Amino acid sequence: MTPTTDVAGPDLAGAQAIQAAFARARAEDRAALIVYVTAGYPDLATSPACYEAAVEAGADILEVGLPFSDPMMDGPIIQAANQTVLDAGTTITQQLELVRSLAHLDVPKVVMTYVTIADTRGYAHFADELADAGIAGVILPDLPVAEADAWLAEAGRRGLATIFLASSVSTDARLDAIAGASSGWVYAAGLLGVTGVNAVAGDVTQELVARVRARTDLPVAVGIGVKDRASAAEVARYADGVIVGSSVVRAAGEGDPAGAPERVRALVTELRTGVAER
Amino acid sequence: MSTTTIPARPADDAVREGYFGRFGGQYVPEALSGAIAQLTDAWHTAEADPDYLAELDGLRRHYGGRPTPLYLASRLSEEAGIEVWLKREDLAHTGSHKLNNVVGQALLARRMGKPRLIAETGAGQHGVATATAAALFGLACTVYMGAEDCRRQRLNVVRMQLLGAEVVPVTSGTQTLKDAINEAMRDWVTNVATTHYLIGSAMGPHPFPTMVRELQRVISTEMRAQFADQAGGVPDAVVACVGGGSNAIGSFADWIEVEGVRLIGVEAAGEGVGTGRSAATISEGREAVLHGSRSIVLVDDDGQVLPAHSVSAGLDYPGVGPEHAHLASIGRAEYVSTTDAEALDGFRRTCELEGIIPALEPAHAVGWVLRHGREVLGADARVVVTMSGRGDKDVDEVVEVAGWDVGVQRAFDDAAGDAGDGGDAGDGGDGGEERP
Repeated sequence: MTPTTDVAGPDLAGAQAIQAAFARARAEDRAALIVYVTAGYPDLATSPACYEAAVEAGADILEVGLPFSDPMMDGPIIQAANQTVLDAGTTITQQLELVRSLAHLDVPKVVMTYVTIADTRGYAHFADELADAGIAGVILPDLPVAEADAWLAEAGRRGLATIFLASSVSTDARLDAIAGASSGWVYAAGLLGVTGVNAVAGDVTQELVARVRARTDLPVAVGIGVKDRASAAEVARYADGVIVGSSVVRAAGEGDPAGAPERVRALVTELRTGVAER
Repeated sequence: MSTTTIPARPADDAVREGYFGRFGGQYVPEALSGAIAQLTDAWHTAEADPDYLAELDGLRRHYGGRPTPLYLASRLSEEAGIEVWLKREDLAHTGSHKLNNVVGQALLARRMGKPRLIAETGAGQHGVATATAAALFGLACTVYMGAEDCRRQRLNVVRMQLLGAEVVPVTSGTQTLKDAINEAMRDWVTNVATTHYLIGSAMGPHPFPTMVRELQRVISTEMRAQFADQAGGVPDAVVACVGGGSNAIGSFADWIEVEGVRLIGVEAAGEGVGTGRSAATISEGREAVLHGSRSIVLVDDDGQVLPAHSVSAGLDYPGVGPEHAHLASIGRAEYVSTTDAEALDGFRRTCELEGIIPALEPAHAVGWVLRHGREVLGADARVVVTMSGRGDKDVDEVVEVAGWDVGVQRAFDDAAGDAGDGGDAGDGGDGGEERP
């Protein structure tokens, strides 16, 4: 029960906004819906409308993917989306301008990217530019707690939540550290593997969620392997939040860019129905 | 002389386990945490276990052909104007230094009860060595190789397939070594319970950089004794090519504490430092995290990894092992670079003067010595160059890239007429297509 690392603290503004979003969903007796879309996808002009459509269709939290050239945890769908954005020459600065243009959307926005990006920008600078763009929290799947002190200090300085991933193969000691260092929520990986390929491993993931819950009062959301209304409903039965990425990106990308927001809206509407069906 | 000595780790590792100064670490997804911890434990147990060391030593001698010779290359010496010795890793089984590391890790995989090996490969030498060990120990094996590398190192693709490995051409990103590593990591994250990721270079998350150095240390341990015996004393410099840096760290390891021996790593400069078509990471890169550790990486201001370029698939990598970054930062080793053209010159002169067809990777080290050795090291210098692999795999690419008319292509054309080009690289690979 006692966190081994209490770097984050409960009073980060970003963490409070995120936890409030989970609380609103809980008050409606449903899981929160967290929707990932790659920033600048399918193109820079259409991308803001995709995020707007996701929120209008019921997303409680937006996960903004900042593309990376070597996304080790992502499967083919998000890899391809990353590459499309990078091939278009879109920069981090442009992606964060895009985020700033979403200020009217009344949901917390978190960034998901890789540590190479944060590290190369400089942790202090990166925390500043995210906070200035209105970001509430950060997910860096290749930054384990043991390497995270320098980042957590800068994130904390700017009130950013840091969401760590927990895995079914994490030891109890590691879950202690993950639960203790996380703020906003704890991200439970729904399977062993990369995004957008296989389905959630149900029993194993349910057990993981229980193990995390035993260590923290933070919400626990499940991502990797959730792809549609049925799988969202299944996960919503035991988790506080449901994270969907690859299938949203696929919807955004399968067809002409102008139609991407409506395709995202249709899918997110389905997912939102799913998270209330538990 | 023992061919396997794995002494205690040097004190500088002890600052924080897995770090070399400020470089190194374990930047890995949580799903790999268990496998990395298991591997770290297995390695620490094994490196202190006489049974493990004896088995490794026996395999190195009787299966791998160690010790490899140290050879005074008289005609190359004459051309270079300094005394050039070659440490002949090209004569080891599978044709490179890679088996040193692979056998050690394959034994660990067996100890950990992992029935499947995966590996990345650039030039194919590490893939061939891994496929070899998998055959030897009866393990399943999948090798990830950039589609571009499958094309330019086709001979090694066929060798891996003959050895029973599945070769997966990687078509994402730049289709070279870094993308093969990404794909191997994705496989490992997915199949971690049954699979050992047998990283081939002195890179990746801890414990790989340390473990690979210790398994490759045999190169410098043999070299040191052989040099004392055959030449007397110690060399003025040890020169080795650096991609990820496994043959270089193995060549340097026993000399790091020896004063007066310059350690020179030769990176691949492709079309030249500053052209944007280079793989000279330490010369041109900056500090960043890539593939599990903090090191020096070719990245842009956003942190996007830049495509590397080299005629050598084995050096065509935008990162470098963290211990090399550390040795560069403290000035204990020097890192220079050699262009494609200089490396091709080194390749050809080694063929013509010594009757040795070198791999393109160590041809970079030879190219540097021929071009700069005397000027940098002085006329009386005695240097050891690690001949890290043989060049059979490279002959088609070299003749094509260099445009050398050695008479072979005409003979092929005459014999083949317009016969099709069979033997494509792997399922779905596009090897064998002619370059535009």
